[in-house]
Amino acid sequence: MGEASEVVERISGRASTPARTPLGQGFRTPRSHLVAENAIRVVAFAAILAIVLIFAIIAREALPLFFDAEAQEELGGLDALLFARAWPGYPEARHIWQPVGDVPKFDVVPLLAGTVKVTLLAMLIATPVAFLSAIYVSQYAGKRVRELLKPAIELLASVPSVVLGFFSLVVLASAVQALFGTTYRLNAFVAAIGLSLAIVPLVFTIAEDALRSVPRELVNGALALGARKHQVILRVVLPAAMPGLAAATVLGLGRALGETMIVLMASGNAAVVELFDPTSSARTITATLASELGEVSPGDAHWRVLFLLGTVLFLFTFVLNRAGAVIIERLGKRLRAEAT
Amino acid sequence: MRPHRTPLTAVLLASLFGAAALVACSGGHREGPPGPPAEPGAPPTAAPGEPTRGASLSLKGSDTMVILAQRFADGYMRSHEGSVLEVSGGGSGTGFAALLNGTTDIANASRPINARETAALRERGTEAVETRVALDALAVYVSESNTIPSLTMAQLSGIFRGEITNWSAVGGSDAPIILYSRENNSGTYAYFKEHVLDGADFAATAQTLPGTAAVINAVSHDPNGIGYGGIGYAEGVRTVPLAAEGAAPVAPTMENAVNGSYPISRFLLMYTAGPPTGTAADFLAWVLTPEAQALVTEAGFFPLPGAAAGGAGGPGSEAAPSPGASPEGTAPAPSAPAELEAGS
Repeated sequence: MGEASEVVERISGRASTPARTPLGQGFRTPRSHLVAENAIRVVAFAAILAIVLIFAIIAREALPLFFDAEAQEELGGLDALLFARAWPGYPEARHIWQPVGDVPKFDVVPLLAGTVKVTLLAMLIATPVAFLSAIYVSQYAGKRVRELLKPAIELLASVPSVVLGFFSLVVLASAVQALFGTTYRLNAFVAAIGLSLAIVPLVFTIAEDALRSVPRELVNGALALGARKHQVILRVVLPAAMPGLAAATVLGLGRALGETMIVLMASGNAAVVELFDPTSSARTITATLASELGEVSPGDAHWRVLFLLGTVLFLFTFVLNRAGAVIIERLGKRLRAEAT
Repeated sequence: MRPHRTPLTAVLLASLFGAAALVACSGGHREGPPGPPAEPGAPPTAAPGEPTRGASLSLKGSDTMVILAQRFADGYMRSHEGSVLEVSGGGSGTGFAALLNGTTDIANASRPINARETAALRERGTEAVETRVALDALAVYVSESNTIPSLTMAQLSGIFRGEITNWSAVGGSDAPIILYSRENNSGTYAYFKEHVLDGADFAATAQTLPGTAAVINAVSHDPNGIGYGGIGYAEGVRTVPLAAEGAAPVAPTMENAVNGSYPISRFLLMYTAGPPTGTAADFLAWVLTPEAQALVTEAGFFPLPGAAAGGAGGPGSEAAPSPGASPEGTAPAPSAPAELEAGS
């Protein structure tokens, strides 16, 4: 066994000689170092603590809805959260979100419908745009064009969402109404366009990374076999980068779900149950939280339902972000495996 | 490795965290005695009667008035150093209850006190004394291109309940009515719901916007839109004259709001148990000064007509009728309870 292989063993942690102490621990650590080490350890773990605490606190406010009879009575029964009901003054059973009034109505279905509608519409607009630009920038554009385009698209991500919201409210809404003659000036479609402005840079960045990290050998191999450029992209690059594109979509979806300001300003916020009409208004969970949580009195049913909505939103975005991260990680591994 | 160089960084880091920890600890103990130290060298600028040093006052009640009362409190504390004013919401009824059991000095109310509450206070041997502090009136906006001459309150209610959905039903052109409403946490929303819709729900299709400015912006861009909000904001939109039941249409002007002929206007009120004394009297007198009334506009309401133009009686005198156009007085008085009818 030579000197070199011994070093390799030590570095890789497979040292066969236990008598040796690991590198960097051969001397007594001064106390001040320990203090500093522990201090930065606390800081590093603070993020995890924050997530756990945030979730626990949000969920704690929502939980009494399920256990406390008094809170349920305020709701009009737990089933009032999800099921249509013939409320006094209405001819037939309907889903109604009217949390303030003599008979408060906490049916969250209009909010779920609004959230799903706006989010999916935004993804329908954003993903094709982002993917096509990512394909162009990563596969076709020359170096100079790429160095102009990539930062420009990514710069869009730095526009504050309130600015995008204002832009949607004032400019986009009028343009959309003039173009399509929509009945409602502020509607889910306008909000979705505004929202897609926020999502495109995110999806683009991840997609572009994924496309560019497809090993050169695969592309060159295909070209050597006589494939045209578009064939290489469609049959080789895109399939290889598919997990990355999926991750981009999932992370974009997470962002779209959580985005507040743009939908608050541009969607009209009417709590209607209209899943398939993009030109009607929509009230999302985020917009509802933003506008109602400020002045609701702590502890009453309205407060708890809002926290329940917050918990649901948190879980959705958390799962989506985790899924995106896992997919990216797997992609990295697979490509590394293919390249070697 | 040069161990003699790093300790400095480590110690710096450690002390930084030590300091942070100390700050965090001391933060927890901040709930000392609530009274601030009396400042001997700071005489109150305009204090008729009682000295205000170290005085404290609590205001509780109407959620609509929380922002207004907070602005009043901030302004008063700024000009009367050393006094502490606490403002909380809960609703007009909560404010009256607190006034009844003595947990607040002043009850904020966006409606006049009702008979039951008056009786309860009388049982305690005291009388609710009311001071108008601001005027709140809602205008109904439509697009400038909309030609409807006026609306009755019944029509307005039908429109916002979603029963009337086409402008042709109320004398306009054949076009759908697009509703613009406010978020349900807004006092304006609650007031409109209570006084125009009679407590019924807004139509689900009503778009909710985060402020009067947003409503006006939306209506001004929408030829079929209708919205509501404060009178003072209306720009780029047309305000519709409203007719109370069996009455002629009345334009939403400040005068009509003050004389009560305009159907959706009200005074914002502050009540004390018995004639205000001490700090409460000083505060209520200050609220009617031009300085304080300027804050009313900031909070989205309207200054009292002829604000700061009360009678000549000092704070605590009960019977001086205040709305009117008398010249600026020095010490405005709370208005008499009897003359409050507007807005109900």
